This record gives sequence, structure tokens and C-alpha cells, in this order.
Amino acid sequence: MADGLTNPHLSDFRTPGRGNGILDIFTKRYLLKVLVKKDVSTRYRNSIFGWLWSYAKPLAQFLVYFLVIGIILQMDRGVDNFPVYLFSGLVVVNLFNEAFNNATRSIVGNKALVRKIYLPRELFPVSTVIVAFVHFLPQVVILILAALLYGWVPSLLGIVAALVGMLLITLFSTGLGLLFGALNVAYRDAQNFVEIIRTFSTWSAPVLYSWDMLAHRAPDWLFHIYMSNPLTASVELFHYAFWFDTSDGSLATPPLLLIYVAVAFVIAIASIFIGQFVFRRFERNFAQDL
Amino acid sequence: MTMTDTRPSIIVDNVRKTFLIRHSHSMKEAVIGKIRGRKVGSTPFQALDEVSFTVNEGESVAILGHNGSGKSTMLKLISGVLEPNAGRILVRGRLAGLIEVGAGFHPDLSGRENVYLNAAILGMTEKETDERFDDIVDFSGIREFIDQEVKHYSSGMFMRLAFSVAIHTELDVLLVDEILSVGDAPFREKCNQKIRELSDAGKTMVVVSHSVGTVRELCTRGIVLRKGKKIFDGPIEEALEVHKAKNK
Repeated sequence: MADGLTNPHLSDFRTPGRGNGILDIFTKRYLLKVLVKKDVSTRYRNSIFGWLWSYAKPLAQFLVYFLVIGIILQMDRGVDNFPVYLFSGLVVVNLFNEAFNNATRSIVGNKALVRKIYLPRELFPVSTVIVAFVHFLPQVVILILAALLYGWVPSLLGIVAALVGMLLITLFSTGLGLLFGALNVAYRDAQNFVEIIRTFSTWSAPVLYSWDMLAHRAPDWLFHIYMSNPLTASVELFHYAFWFDTSDGSLATPPLLLIYVAVAFVIAIASIFIGQFVFRRFERNFAQDL
Repeated sequence: MTMTDTRPSIIVDNVRKTFLIRHSHSMKEAVIGKIRGRKVGSTPFQALDEVSFTVNEGESVAILGHNGSGKSTMLKLISGVLEPNAGRILVRGRLAGLIEVGAGFHPDLSGRENVYLNAAILGMTEKETDERFDDIVDFSGIREFIDQEVKHYSSGMFMRLAFSVAIHTELDVLLVDEILSVGDAPFREKCNQKIRELSDAGKTMVVVSHSVGTVRELCTRGIVLRKGKKIFDGPIEEALEVHKAKNK
């Protein structure tokens, strides 16, 4: 038998349960599409307001932050057109939180399937990230309407910046989602840890305050790390895309933003490699650990 | 053997599968267990031990054994759901499993949507599903309910549709695990008929079942497992004898 296994005529054999990892999202496009469709169409089943919740939730969140941070803590005076500033950052963080959270729970949530049928398991976290992205789009629509109200004129560069920001968040949350989604199967502690990361995420990026407040206080090295956080980079890209042109220009776009974005991309792509590596290591035990 | 080509479809080579049975599920439990002098950590359980066999294309093989003998584990290893700790498994062609057929169903979706969802999960393309959709629905015999949400189905209707999707997937190798508890007698007969058709069409089949009748009818060869070890591999009648003998 041992000889037989190296025999070239066995070349059309494959080892069951070994996919191509994250690359299977390209070879199994149809399956991915069906999984996304399932999640999207069952999300608001049995609810009267349905998709309205996708608008209502971010608006409520915006209102709370605007009243507390904007009016009570008077950020409204420090940053021109603060509502647009706030909302354009908020949607980015929401996308990250939603995608990251969904992906972390995706393997455990699809227990029945993972235990019984083999399909490339990377599809679960990836499909939930896509679902999060679908739910993020209504928020972008609100953002665009609000920005137009404040005199925003779409520019090519702005649109590119927004798209780059979205891509960055999607990559980063996919990477982290793969990592924590896999860990969550063996140790449910992971999802609690992710809750904590999500609590930090809103504050770890200049959403409720401006980046220059930190620049004045933090040492240089810390500031550079802060700015290279993929979340911060995306938020600043969104500020640039939707808010900067409507403002009086007193809060400049951070210098070196392009470099920070480049570093953030390296981090996001590294997170995918690390996430995939850990995912693979844990995947062999998914069916028995669930 | 109906096939002239006797290349193997499945190669199982010195496969070992060990499960770790954890005695504690949290740090707290582990600490308390330690203080009370109970066993902490985990003990390995050998589910399959150095099992080797090959299944040739077009062959129908039954895996026989008692509960806990490792036969379902063997099937899960072949399907790729589990990975062996040692040894190798190689398969050729498209694998499909009649294992827990309803696993991919979503109660809030209609029967129609579930057919597409499950066909995709079982590896079918959109085009293949379109082509077979009518066959699937006709086989299940619940066409009038196909656009209703699955949660309103009776358990029998649910299983019929689920089974129908699974049996219509494009496949070369079929893995069957205790399926024939599906639906009522006429539907069971229809299932058996369909499986026999696939077998006659030269599909490779691995069957795990407690039903001597089913196994005798479908398979020509039997592999008997006992406590994770292969103790017999040969013609089905002899395999059933061995299996029965160790019952006593």
C-alpha cells in the first residue's frame, strides 16, 4: 500500500476534507452566494419592520453619540460639521464590529452543518462578512444623503478613498474573524474576548474625537501605531471621502495618511494569513469539538 | 462486479482515529477536580485502530459493527468531516453522503429555497440543480407544499424532501448511514429502489446499517469492525456471519 500511494496513477485522488482554504471562496462562488442569500433573507424574518432595523439601529446610535459627545461634551464646536464627521466614522466601526462578531460566531453557529457535511469551512466566516457588508450598505446610503445635505460634492478621489476604506475593513475583519472563529470552536472564551475588542474598537479610532487631539498628547511612536490601525486608517479614509470637503478645513487630513493606509493593508493581509493558518490548524478538530 | 475498470475509488490506509475525552470543561472544574483527586485532563479513546481497505469503483461495501465499533467514524473520515490522526484516506470522484440528510435545512426558508441551499451545500452547481429540480420535487412527493416554509412541514415531509435532495446529487461515491428510517413504508421502498438504481449504474457505495436485510440486498462485500479494529473483510454473507457470531 505504501508503494501504491506514491504511484503516479493515483494522481486523480484527493484527500477528503482538505480544501484550498480561503481560496475556495473563488472556486465555490455559487455555494458562497447561496449561503449569503440564506443569511440575508432570513435575517429579518418574522419581524414587522424588517430591513428598517438596518436603518434604525445606526441612527439611534448616532443620536446618542451626537447628543452626548457632540452637544454635552461640545465636540460639535471643535469639529466643523460634526454630525457628518461622526456618522462617517461610525459606519466604518459598525461594519467592522458586525463583520468581526458574525465571523467569530459563524462556525459555532453552523454547528449542524460543520459536524455532518464537509464543505470548505472558510466559507462560513467569509459569508458572514459579506452579509455584514450587505447590511452596511443602507448606512452608506444614509451617510451619502446626510453628506449631500451638508454640501458634499462627490469626487473621484473621495469615492476611491471610501472604497479603499471598505476593502481594508473587510480584509481585516475577515482575518480576525477566521482567527477567532476557529478559536471559538475549542474555547468559547473567544467570543467573550471579541466582545471586549469590540468595546475598544469604537474608541480606538478617531470616531468620537479627532486624531489631532491624540497627536498633541501621545508620543510619536504611539501615535504612528495608533494611526496604522486598520480601523483608524479606514475611518480617516471615510472622513476624507465624505466629510473633509464639507468642512472649513480646520481639521486637516492626517499627514502621512497614505503611508498609514499602506501599513494598515499590510496588517490586514497579515491578519488573513495568520487567521488562515490558525483556522487550518483547528479545522481538523471542528467536527469533534462542536 | 459490473465494472470492468477495477480502479479503487476509496483507499483507506492504516487509519487511526483517536478522540480525546475531556474530563473537565473549565478551569474551575479542573482545579476542583484536582483537589478532590479526580481525573483531570483528558483520556484518549481509540475509535479506529490501523484500519486499511480499498473500495473499487462500482463496488458496494457494507461496514458492520456494533455501536461504538467505529463505523460511523469511518464514514465521517471518508466524507472529510473528520480527519484521521494517522494514516491516509484517498478518494476519487465526487462524494455524496446520505448522512443526516436534513442538516443544511433552514426552517424559515421555503421548500424550494431549501432545495437550492442544500444542493449547493452538497456540492451541486446552480445549473445542475435547475436540471434536477423537478425530479427532486417529484421524488419527494410534496410538490404542493414546495413554496411553504419548511417549519410548517411535518417531520415526514421534511425528511422526504431532504432525502430527495441528497439522493439526486451528482455523485460517483455514495456514503449511506442508517438512512432507511426515512418516511413511511412506500417511501422507504422508493429510497431502496433509487439506491439500487445508483448501484446498478456503477456508483461506488459504502453503507453503514444495522438492518441485515438492507445490507444483504445492497452490498456484495462486508467489512466488520470491532472496537475500532477491522476483524473481517470479505463476501457479504460471511461478513454477516462474523458480525452475528460476535453478537453472542
